[in-house]
Amino acid sequence: MTTPAPSSLTDLTIAEARSGLARGDFSAVELTTAHIEAMEKARSLNAFITETPGHALAEAKASDQRRKGGTVGAMEGIPIGMKDLFCTEGVLTTAGSHILDGFKPPYESTVSANLKKAGAVVVGKTNLDEFAMGSSNMTSYYGAVTNPWKRRGDASPLVPGGSSGGSAAAVAARLCLAATGTDTGGSIRQPAAFCGITGIKPTYGRCSRWGIVAFASSLDQAGPMTRSVRDAAIMLGAMAGHDPKDSTSAPMPVPDFEAALTGDIRGLRVGIPTEYRPEGLNPEIARLWDQGVAWLKDAGATPVEIGLPHTKYALATYYIIAPAEASSNLARYDGLRFGLRVPGNSLDEMYMKTRGAGFGREVRRRILIGTYALSAGYYDAYYLKAQKVRSLIARDFRTAFETVDVILTPTAPTPAFGLGDRMDDPITMYLNDVFTVPTSLAGLPGLSLPAGLSAEGLPLGLQLIGRPFDEETVLRVGGVLETAAGFRARPTFTGEA
Amino acid sequence: MSLDKATVRNIAFLARIEVPDEALEPLAAELSSIIGWIEQLQEVDTRGVEPMASVAAMSLHWRDDVVSDGAMPEKILANAPETTEGFFTVPKVVE
Repeated sequence: MTTPAPSSLTDLTIAEARSGLARGDFSAVELTTAHIEAMEKARSLNAFITETPGHALAEAKASDQRRKGGTVGAMEGIPIGMKDLFCTEGVLTTAGSHILDGFKPPYESTVSANLKKAGAVVVGKTNLDEFAMGSSNMTSYYGAVTNPWKRRGDASPLVPGGSSGGSAAAVAARLCLAATGTDTGGSIRQPAAFCGITGIKPTYGRCSRWGIVAFASSLDQAGPMTRSVRDAAIMLGAMAGHDPKDSTSAPMPVPDFEAALTGDIRGLRVGIPTEYRPEGLNPEIARLWDQGVAWLKDAGATPVEIGLPHTKYALATYYIIAPAEASSNLARYDGLRFGLRVPGNSLDEMYMKTRGAGFGREVRRRILIGTYALSAGYYDAYYLKAQKVRSLIARDFRTAFETVDVILTPTAPTPAFGLGDRMDDPITMYLNDVFTVPTSLAGLPGLSLPAGLSAEGLPLGLQLIGRPFDEETVLRVGGVLETAAGFRARPTFTGEA
Repeated sequence: MSLDKATVRNIAFLARIEVPDEALEPLAAELSSIIGWIEQLQEVDTRGVEPMASVAAMSLHWRDDVVSDGAMPEKILANAPETTEGFFTVPKVVE
């Protein structure tokens, strides 16, 4: 028996690693060591805030022991990255913010606990936009993450997208086989698209939010970021499940998502929303979308033009609702119970100095917008109005799903952009999420997968949206699209930079 | 709708975020531009539309009113910047 070279170990999918581990081709310790080495060589990407090689090797050893004893979980021995928004017991958890300086949670989030129970090995905590607020990973207190992809013949660094930018970069650069993400308005799907990987935001309620640092509680959902649709199905199954500690967690059984990948979508009706083709849509993105429709048609599905008339109002709705919820959620950072404290002469002064220094610019901006939207005299005009428009957006989808089984759209309006670009005007940055935010507002499952390259050689994603709790159809169609697209391109980053 | 300096100072106080005086004016302009963009929602006819307060079409579950954890003061205080004898400490609030 020959042990594969470390580089090939980091190139496996979860499904392939699962087979290799089961056959005894390599051990969890060997697989984990290969990824720890890759992670250490890739520090220039800044994909991780905290590396946990010691923990990882101990977990890998324990995993090998369990396997010997005949116990094999769904993620047994699989090295993953954990977005640093999930509380991990005894391990620094920052949410990418200065205000959580030194915070070591005394508890474990349900999703990370589920993954560990399934045998996953956590190699480190991945970088993110501060409190998951951003679409570029530029707002992290721990610095920007560099996308492992570059434009052809152009060395300038690009953003990985956000907020799960560290997770996306780490998976694309082969530093872990998969990573967790969270998605409030596109934070799994947009970075997945920018980094050429697969990511699914499941239905709201599918994964427990307990122990995930809260941003906007009616929108936040955890999901997997992987290098194949099958891997997304495997990992989602390990993350999901009812949790009495999250009152919005759905008391529903978790289906065998992997079994949904039958490859058969004959007779399925695929909605193509006209509103997602605004004038001036990037022609490369439009072409890829048309190609996606053709692929599904070739596989026996029927494209159906649909209308989602309130789409154009989704971003403005989101930028009231998410900041309003954030302003309430982030009230807990008071300099008292955990994290940063800046002394003051009075309690108010201590609060104000701590929060003024501890929150970055984008987070302060959103807390202030949210506070304004909820303040006396403006509540009806902004917050209540946004909640009503949100109802209409959700109703658009409900109506559409009376005639179609799944919806196909682009994931993002552009490929990855330059590090530091689009920072001058917040609204320009917000427009990144124009195709992902409506799904979030409606609480629906959305999957992004890499389907092609731009002329400059950057990955482009397509998004599939499903009915509530019908991740299975989304994954099934995703599997067909993945096969048709045959996306094999690899990022330029090789670990030597 | 544009926010003036005084409004920004007030919401910054409500949010307990210190904003230096010289930053209020540029912040007011920035927030006004975002709020101005959000104004587009006013053109949507929402007469008779219920506000959507919850995503899941289900009622919240009741659980038994029992103590499920506790007796862990060390864990709870472990991350506090400052504690005294098993309590969080704050700046003096009573003269």
